[in-house]
Amino acid sequence: MNDSARMRRRREAAIRAFFFLNGIVSVLILAGIFVLLLTSAVPAFREIKLKEFLTTLLWDPTSPTKPVYGILTQIVSTLLVTGGAMLIAVPVGLGVAGYLSDVAHWRAREIIKPIVEILAAIPSVVIGFLGIVLLGPALAKLTGKTNGLNALNGSILLAIMALPTIISISEDSLNAVPGAYSEASLALGGSRWQTLVRVKLPAALSGIIAAVMLGMGRAIGETMTVLMATGNARAFPHGLLDSVRTLTANVAVELGEVPYFTTHYYALFAIGLVLFVMTFAVNMIADIVLRKYQERER
Amino acid sequence: MNTRFGKIMAGIQLLLVALGTPLLLGSQQGRSKMIQVKGSDTLVNLVQILSEEYMAKNPKTPIAVLGGGSGTGITALINGTTDICNTSRDWKQKEYDLAWEKGVKVRLFVIAVDGLSIIVNEKNPLGRLPMPAVGAIYRGEIKNWKTVGGPDKPISLYGRQSNSGTYSFLQEHVMGNKPYSTDMKEMNGNAQIIDGVLNDENAIGYVGVGYVVDQATGKPMKGLKVLNISKDAKSEAFSPLERGNIDSGKYPISRPLYQATNGKPRPDVAAFIAWETGPEGQKIVEREGFFPISPVHAAQNEKNLK
Repeated sequence: MNDSARMRRRREAAIRAFFFLNGIVSVLILAGIFVLLLTSAVPAFREIKLKEFLTTLLWDPTSPTKPVYGILTQIVSTLLVTGGAMLIAVPVGLGVAGYLSDVAHWRAREIIKPIVEILAAIPSVVIGFLGIVLLGPALAKLTGKTNGLNALNGSILLAIMALPTIISISEDSLNAVPGAYSEASLALGGSRWQTLVRVKLPAALSGIIAAVMLGMGRAIGETMTVLMATGNARAFPHGLLDSVRTLTANVAVELGEVPYFTTHYYALFAIGLVLFVMTFAVNMIADIVLRKYQERER
Repeated sequence: MNTRFGKIMAGIQLLLVALGTPLLLGSQQGRSKMIQVKGSDTLVNLVQILSEEYMAKNPKTPIAVLGGGSGTGITALINGTTDICNTSRDWKQKEYDLAWEKGVKVRLFVIAVDGLSIIVNEKNPLGRLPMPAVGAIYRGEIKNWKTVGGPDKPISLYGRQSNSGTYSFLQEHVMGNKPYSTDMKEMNGNAQIIDGVLNDENAIGYVGVGYVVDQATGKPMKGLKVLNISKDAKSEAFSPLERGNIDSGKYPISRPLYQATNGKPRPDVAAFIAWETGPEGQKIVEREGFFPISPVHAAQNEKNLK
């Protein structure tokens, strides 16, 4: 074996090790976070019953009379705000993606796509601030209430924040559909609309579901915007026009002041664990749906 | 090939060293001199301005001021991550205990006096409220302005979050230590409460008096109305905007605003506190809409500085 071949082999091994390390690091970090979350959350249940924690509506850990730890209201609020955001962001996002990939003139696309991507770079405090000073008063006028700090405000802002993700990835996956698909459809007499909706969208569905899930992940986990725009009232919401406090906002508000290693402190980590489980479930469901769909395709 | 790889690695190492050294040195130097101040959001603007004026005169003493709420500041002082903590309420026994356990000896300084202001939208015709009514409104027992002599409209509550000293102060001194209504919108700071009240004609909110006064005119901000507060339903109501009402104790919800240190303050910290509580600092306190400290507070401060 000559020198240069040995050298090359060594280099190959080094490169392989480098990439393996990169891959394993993210797995290790995830495992580490999970372990930290679990060990910090579990002590909360020495004093709080799990069932109470998940089914009580009231959260008042600093009550002067008796602390109450119930997160059901916050879970419902989180789902309400996220659900509202998805109702807005998915149709709009798919519309824009379809427009960009199939309808827009290339010049329009060259202008619109970077703008959409810049939208993702706006800091969440700025968006939250817009929610307070711009969207809030506007919603108040539209809904006839005296203020617009409610779940709907949060939903709209989160939809705006989820849009770049949804548009970008959906458009990429629409573009990745082999040209032969649409050519076949057009050749058989399908209109451009039929081709987009009945051929390209289903073919790109896996990418689109991934896009929606990523957008939803961002919406569930987003803190600053909802903290600023939804009013943070602890009462159970009866609709999109009520003030709500989400799980993330609650952790953000209280983690800064909580005395370390108290039940309240552990309970906040328990909320983190609940959030983790929620996002995990979202990803799992997406995965299962996707697999089912792909099996049918075959 | 191998030499190129080596060169790249050497380059990266050099780069890291070059970048890292000043960072390390910088942070060490910064640590020893910088005065860290953290806590109450009611105080953060005032102390920021005080520190800027102080730094203009003493450029060798850098001061960093952060908000976060009184509770946050107290936690930071106990955990040793700040030199001074700002609080807009008294320390709780639990916090004293925790400080004691960690060997933190708390010294308090009164740097200003606040008339906690109850604010409503200027469209609200109401001009005064008895203190017990304010408590009942925030407990969620009174839900309509009609009950307290206002228009027939639902009250929309604005307040702070539980890490705020103002939140605790109101709960202890006005609400009879009962829980807040869960319908209250918990805002992320004084400025956000003011934004809320400006935009909501059914609103009621509470902020430090320094936040409602427009520095340019010395009058309350446009669009806001500061309610006169009476001790009970029968007695006379007073405004927190007049110094006389605070000094005489006629305004029922005034409070001292504190800074705290761990044990005897370092010389640079002591000099800053002495300046804040001295004539120059107190002039700024007044200019920013708060009230200067009483001679009793001043004497207490002096004792604690030694």
